[in-house]
Amino acid sequence: MNLKKMLLSLLAPTAAMIFALLVASIALWAVGRNPIDAFGSMWSFGTTTTSIASMVNRAIPLYIAAVAVAIGFQMGLFNIGVEGQYLLGALFAGWIGGNVVLWAPLHVALVILVAVIVGALWSGIAGFLKVTRGVHEVISTIMLNFIAFSLIAYLLLTWVRDDPTSLNLQTTTFAASAQIPGLNWVFTMFGFSEPRGISMHGFLFVAIAIGIFYYILVKRTRFGFELRASGMNPGAARMAGVAPKRMVVVTMLISGGVAGMVGLATMFGNLHAYTQDFPRGLGFTGIAVALLGRNSAVGMALGALLFGFMERSALILDFEDTPKEVVQIMQGVVVLAVVVAYEVVNRMIEKREIKAAAEATRSLEAGEEVAA
Amino acid sequence: MADESLAVELTGITKTFPGVIANEDVELAVGAGTIHAIVGENGAGKSTLMKILYGMQSPDSGTIRVRGKEVDFKTPKDAIAEGIGMVHQHFMLADNLTVFENVVLGSEPTKGLQLDFAAGKEKIADIGAAYGMELDPDALVESLTVGARQRTEILKVLFRGARILILDEPTAVLVPQEVDELFVNLRGMVEEGQTIIFISHHLDEVLAIADSITVMRGGRTVATVDPEGIDAKQLAELMVGSELPTPETTESTVTDVVELSVRGVEALSPDGRTVLDDVTFDIRQGEIVGIAGVEGNGQAELIDALLGIREVSAGSIRFKDEDIANWSTKRRREAGIGIIPADRHREGLLLQSPLWENTMLGHQTVKPFANGPWVNRKGARERTSAVIERFDVKTPGPDVHAIALSGGNQQKLIVGKEMIAEPHVLVAAHPTRGIDVGAQAAIWDELRAARKEGLAVLLISADLEELIGLSDRLLVIYTGRIVADLDPKTVTPEELGSYMTGVGAEASA
Repeated sequence: MNLKKMLLSLLAPTAAMIFALLVASIALWAVGRNPIDAFGSMWSFGTTTTSIASMVNRAIPLYIAAVAVAIGFQMGLFNIGVEGQYLLGALFAGWIGGNVVLWAPLHVALVILVAVIVGALWSGIAGFLKVTRGVHEVISTIMLNFIAFSLIAYLLLTWVRDDPTSLNLQTTTFAASAQIPGLNWVFTMFGFSEPRGISMHGFLFVAIAIGIFYYILVKRTRFGFELRASGMNPGAARMAGVAPKRMVVVTMLISGGVAGMVGLATMFGNLHAYTQDFPRGLGFTGIAVALLGRNSAVGMALGALLFGFMERSALILDFEDTPKEVVQIMQGVVVLAVVVAYEVVNRMIEKREIKAAAEATRSLEAGEEVAA
Repeated sequence: MADESLAVELTGITKTFPGVIANEDVELAVGAGTIHAIVGENGAGKSTLMKILYGMQSPDSGTIRVRGKEVDFKTPKDAIAEGIGMVHQHFMLADNLTVFENVVLGSEPTKGLQLDFAAGKEKIADIGAAYGMELDPDALVESLTVGARQRTEILKVLFRGARILILDEPTAVLVPQEVDELFVNLRGMVEEGQTIIFISHHLDEVLAIADSITVMRGGRTVATVDPEGIDAKQLAELMVGSELPTPETTESTVTDVVELSVRGVEALSPDGRTVLDDVTFDIRQGEIVGIAGVEGNGQAELIDALLGIREVSAGSIRFKDEDIANWSTKRRREAGIGIIPADRHREGLLLQSPLWENTMLGHQTVKPFANGPWVNRKGARERTSAVIERFDVKTPGPDVHAIALSGGNQQKLIVGKEMIAEPHVLVAAHPTRGIDVGAQAAIWDELRAARKEGLAVLLISADLEELIGLSDRLLVIYTGRIVADLDPKTVTPEELGSYMTGVGAEASA
């Protein structure tokens, strides 16, 4: 019974992956490549330790962004503003972090705290507008993204700029006390070769902690229960004493707070400042990862790693004169396929349950008759 | 036997849904060029019948004749093609478009590939003039009064060539002057040869406008009467039925301790209408107070006000010795106000969640479900198992998703989770709606048993058998006001029917 359940839950992602591979094969075949060769070289390139370090580094921010989005999803809120929240959070975190020198753990904690607060406040605006003025959060968070982009461009040119004479537009580089060392030792510890030219981000541990926090919050706390209840059935949640407005504001604050940390892996790991070419687009990709991982803490981690792997291993296709956009097609298809496959599988599970409940009813009644 | 003088003739219409007979052997004959009213309580089968006539649902058996010709409607399109139009109770208009745009939307007049606005406006003006419905075609719908919006809806139907109009509770949204205007319009339309089927439960209006009245009760057409020969009281009696169920002769458990005291409560709808008006009543320990009334007369608002979901604009709500009017819903729930919501799917259950989470809903802040800020899964499962055991919920276990259960078992779970928490006041809205007889009897027994233990119950129901069988006192709510306080042991159908339809208030005044 439990084994069957487990197999059923694996069915959806497996089917989706196979479907995505098929579509990608067609795309590869259409550009004149043998799909098996292409996947083969992606696999052999993508599984080197250097590639794995790169995959993890790509996955960390995607995962945090996905968790931020998923917190909103749990109560039916669509936080499209993770993009603006993390960029703004990173800008202020970089600015303040670059201008102080503290005992290392405190320094790191301060940077994280600033990013969380700024992210939370920025998305809190959307929550506030929703409960006071009825502005839909999709509209307000999209608009807040644009405001954030412009605000960042302005601040980077003026207030938070490190050295006005330098050509580099960036905040002051962190002192050594706010630079988290990499994790390449993990590979050597297990006897693998050390990644070259890249350092696996130490922020990985924070990402894992965020995942655990998310799981506990959603699944084990009263707040998480009220959050999910509001998402599943707002009417029932209200009858049950969950204040809908308060819920919206608190959820947006938490979602934005998590979003604020999206850019920190890169900041602690290699940039050590907010720079003009700070990575962008992670918030949007995070939405796809949240969908891919079905808002589950583990599912989103796998989804983020899969996206990381695909992005990294796509690089080899360039060397082989194959458009690496094939991988973007795959990313899109896999998200769509997962959404569809889960819907199908969920209906299967539901049918099984209804049948089981009906059988239980019948056997209970039969039992009563015997007893009577 | 086709009769050409009849615009619509329905014979032997039967329609069943799983577990419910919505229409049974319905007979209806509507004369051409008349206003024919259909009256009945909620759930009497009026809406289903009209959906069948408008092609939204097909009957299981029976025939439909339009102007003597037998028809078989698959979709509303077929009905429209036969000249039948429906004006829904809830307007289906695009607020940000003009009257003209709304009217032509979906059947735009064209000249070649171009829209022919001139022809459209001319046609609208013609229709308006013919029926005395003046409307500015260029006015934005959002700027119109409710009455004008309704005229737009009617115009929409006429524009599509309807000769038979179905109006579903057209007066429910109108103020008295607008009702008068509507009636003038309807008269004008009938004079031009239109046939109107008018659904309502406002009996005095029906008597004022209809040429003929058909009464529905329990899915059947019980009588067709001439308004000349009947008064509102007789009509009300036909609606409710000539025999009321006799209350169970259980000894009274009513005590002197007032548990919930509602004084002069008033509430407004978002658009400023008064939806609860000076509502006053007490519920004592061990007492079940029933609220009778046609649905939509303030019952939902009363529940929301008692639970703190809707703000009251005046009056006080006292629970035990405290004024709780400003308490949050959560605080009221924690203090011991239980709720069996009117709609278990929309307000009661998390269908995609396991039963133990459903049992927890509404009690998530207290033991055994909560442990500080944490969810106590073990406690919740144990409590759920206890509910399943005591209230005989048929399920494989507490981890099954709520959607897998039958309606009766879902309802038993909802009732059970509230009862097991031992509330002091229980607001029970339609506690046995849409469930099988066995589950209904079990829930009634539970309510009686809890009353004996001192529970104060507010019972809101559309089921007269339930109301009379359980209540110690019967209040009637009409347009947001408590219009009568009756004894279920002595109440007559005539009384109940006339109060529920608003006749009684005038009679006693």
